[in-house]
Amino acid sequence: MAYVPLADQDKEMEMHHPHSWVEQYVWSQDHKVIAIQYGSIAVFTGLVGLTLSVLFRLQLGFPESVDFIDPNFYYQAVTQHGMIMVVYFLTALFLGGFGNYMIPLMCGARDMVFPFMNMLSVWTFLLSVIILMASFFVGGGPTGAGWTLYPPQTAMAGTPGHDMGIVLMLISLAVFIVATTMGGLNYAVTVLQYRCRGLTMMRLPLTVWGIFTATILALFAFPALLVAAIMMLFDTLLGTSFFMPAVIEAGAPLDHNGGSPLLFQHLFWFFGHPEVYIVALPAFGLVSDVLSTHARKNIFGYRMMVWAIVAIGGLSFIVWAHHMYVSGMHPYFGFFFATTTLIIAVPTAMKVYNWVLTLWEGDIRLNAPMYFAIGFIFTFIHGGLTGLFLGNVVIDLPLSDTYFVIAHFHMVMGVSPILVLFAAIYHWYPLMSGRMFHEGLAKLHFWLTFLGAYAIYLPMHYLGFLGVPRRYYVLGETDFIPTSAQDLNSAITIAAVFVAVAQLLFFFNVIWSLKYGKKSEKNPWGSASLEWQTPDMPPKHGNWAEDLPTVYRWPYDYSVPGAHEDFIPQNTPESVEPTVDEQHFDPDHDQSKADI
Amino acid sequence: MNVFKHLAVKPWERKGIIGGLKPEGAFDSPSERVALNFFLVIASVVFSLFTVSYFIRMELPDWQPLSEPAQLWFNTALLVLSSVCFQWARNASNSEQPKNLVPAFIGGGIFAILFVAGQLMTWENLQAGGYYLTSNPANAFYYLMTGVHAVHLLGGLWVWSKCSFRLLSGAEAKNVQLSIELCTVYWHFLLVVWLVLFAVLANT
Repeated sequence: MAYVPLADQDKEMEMHHPHSWVEQYVWSQDHKVIAIQYGSIAVFTGLVGLTLSVLFRLQLGFPESVDFIDPNFYYQAVTQHGMIMVVYFLTALFLGGFGNYMIPLMCGARDMVFPFMNMLSVWTFLLSVIILMASFFVGGGPTGAGWTLYPPQTAMAGTPGHDMGIVLMLISLAVFIVATTMGGLNYAVTVLQYRCRGLTMMRLPLTVWGIFTATILALFAFPALLVAAIMMLFDTLLGTSFFMPAVIEAGAPLDHNGGSPLLFQHLFWFFGHPEVYIVALPAFGLVSDVLSTHARKNIFGYRMMVWAIVAIGGLSFIVWAHHMYVSGMHPYFGFFFATTTLIIAVPTAMKVYNWVLTLWEGDIRLNAPMYFAIGFIFTFIHGGLTGLFLGNVVIDLPLSDTYFVIAHFHMVMGVSPILVLFAAIYHWYPLMSGRMFHEGLAKLHFWLTFLGAYAIYLPMHYLGFLGVPRRYYVLGETDFIPTSAQDLNSAITIAAVFVAVAQLLFFFNVIWSLKYGKKSEKNPWGSASLEWQTPDMPPKHGNWAEDLPTVYRWPYDYSVPGAHEDFIPQNTPESVEPTVDEQHFDPDHDQSKADI
Repeated sequence: MNVFKHLAVKPWERKGIIGGLKPEGAFDSPSERVALNFFLVIASVVFSLFTVSYFIRMELPDWQPLSEPAQLWFNTALLVLSSVCFQWARNASNSEQPKNLVPAFIGGGIFAILFVAGQLMTWENLQAGGYYLTSNPANAFYYLMTGVHAVHLLGGLWVWSKCSFRLLSGAEAKNVQLSIELCTVYWHFLLVVWLVLFAVLANT
């Protein structure tokens, strides 16, 4: 054990130093190792979710050619894909992965405030994934009730996985929530208490603001899912009727009586809608930093960006029932939730404008991370605009449960955050590995993913307008859907398989570059934020040298007039700020006019 | 901390070191205390959602109110005593020469154990009287809400047992002062939660 001084507090922090390989890479308390562990588990789980989506897309595109996919497996695949991608992949990767890696480094801290609890968090997350995966191997298989797990369908004999499958799903979710809470307490308290000297909240990079606010949302929204999961476990295992109504199954009444399925829906969506922003807010933060760095320009409207993040976080708790317009709610409730839903578009639109204005007259470097970041702006605008359609009750009613909904939420919280993930991984890859990735492969990966994603989801909007319903094993023949809709479905499947295979480029690039990639120079993008200013790259255990950094400025000092370089790191004092002769300074090229 | 004032700052205009050794905007409390406050809010959300669910479910026609066992009054007194003991221990740990710190702290935990045992007895009595978990949603909520409260208390008892072990091993009061304070805050919180739950259960 060694004692390392902590500059932001007048006491000393006890650092846990590993003594063996196992302590360094397995039972590690280093936030960076934990971040990689979190990320690896989440990516593995995400690959399972991706594979499942390819399988059910094969069924939808070519229903007569894939005999091994029966209706039960189709529903199981759809259900597990949804839950895995939203909870075990995106949430875990953004908060557990990027939250762990970025927060201490960007805050100038040595580690998280509670490293042991941080380690417990990642292993509890792994346990939740193991429990989830175990449901594939129990009798009846995993639950196929749809990712929203609505009762009474979850418990009906006709639903695959209605016995052990749903039980394991609920237990896994409960364990995941425990893991998220342990991690979330760490992220929130570290941001509040362990910032280094001079690092005010309004000097934090937007990445930290996004992850911090999303963490607060997670801490207060996941309890709703926990409460719903516990009560549904009681209904499933012990025979209570919290949610289960009186149901007649195969001519015989079930033991349940009088429960309220609507109560479950309210609890689920009280968690479910903030969950959208638990994924989106970290993406907003990360992409802001990538855009600003590669545009060599300060983020446009920093304060507005912070306010928007906080406002979106608050509003996300009062819009949940827009997922339930078809449940028969009172029209006044529908009006209220439609209004709040449309209001949330205001701060979101402000962010989009600010991203675009950050690019305006910037000295844009079209590196691979920038490709993905700009691609995100496109997909997010498209996904966001269709959200405005669905936020209105009268438009939502006919479009509900159609492919239009699938297209909307995949664009806004599937493709968009995943493009940010790629942008962020490419951007911070040199910091994490000390090497550069292959730029050409990364750009090829972008174009295949970006165009492929449009090939998948743009036609889905059209199918939704035609009235093609979601969650149907086979489309069949109807009076209102033309047979050519199936041709479009086949084309979508081909594009989906193509995009899925294209991701191999990313994995090859990341793994190959670990060994064969060009050694990265320090701070290769010329970034001003603190994580790039560590004495070693990748940063060593404890992150900083004997003294912690002191911060003198915000993290977006790019292209500052009169400065010698086009960025000034956050820990550069004013007194040593390199400047050029004022006579040589050309005010016409002042890049900082966008300050607002 | 004036949040609005901080959020209105224009960071691109302010250069140089702002704040002292502690970063501006940080709470003037140990990190453990801040984390506990967060946890108390999370636990409050959990209990609030159970309570809201209780009221929503109560409106449906199959609800048959449960007449709560009189023993709950006795159990409540045990939890109050537990909280009083913890507060006593907290006050003692803050003084220069702590008196009766160990008996007060240990006593607080023992009263809490008795409370949990008392809650289990009410469960047994209800079962014996035919008030099973599945026979009515009001019963189910009684078992569920008292159970979740007891689980929170058991979590607190685990921390209490660790701290008690340190105290009995001769640790100085100043070294366990923070643990005692956090235990006390947590116990007061669970007492308030129980009083609210008891009021909800007894009046519906």
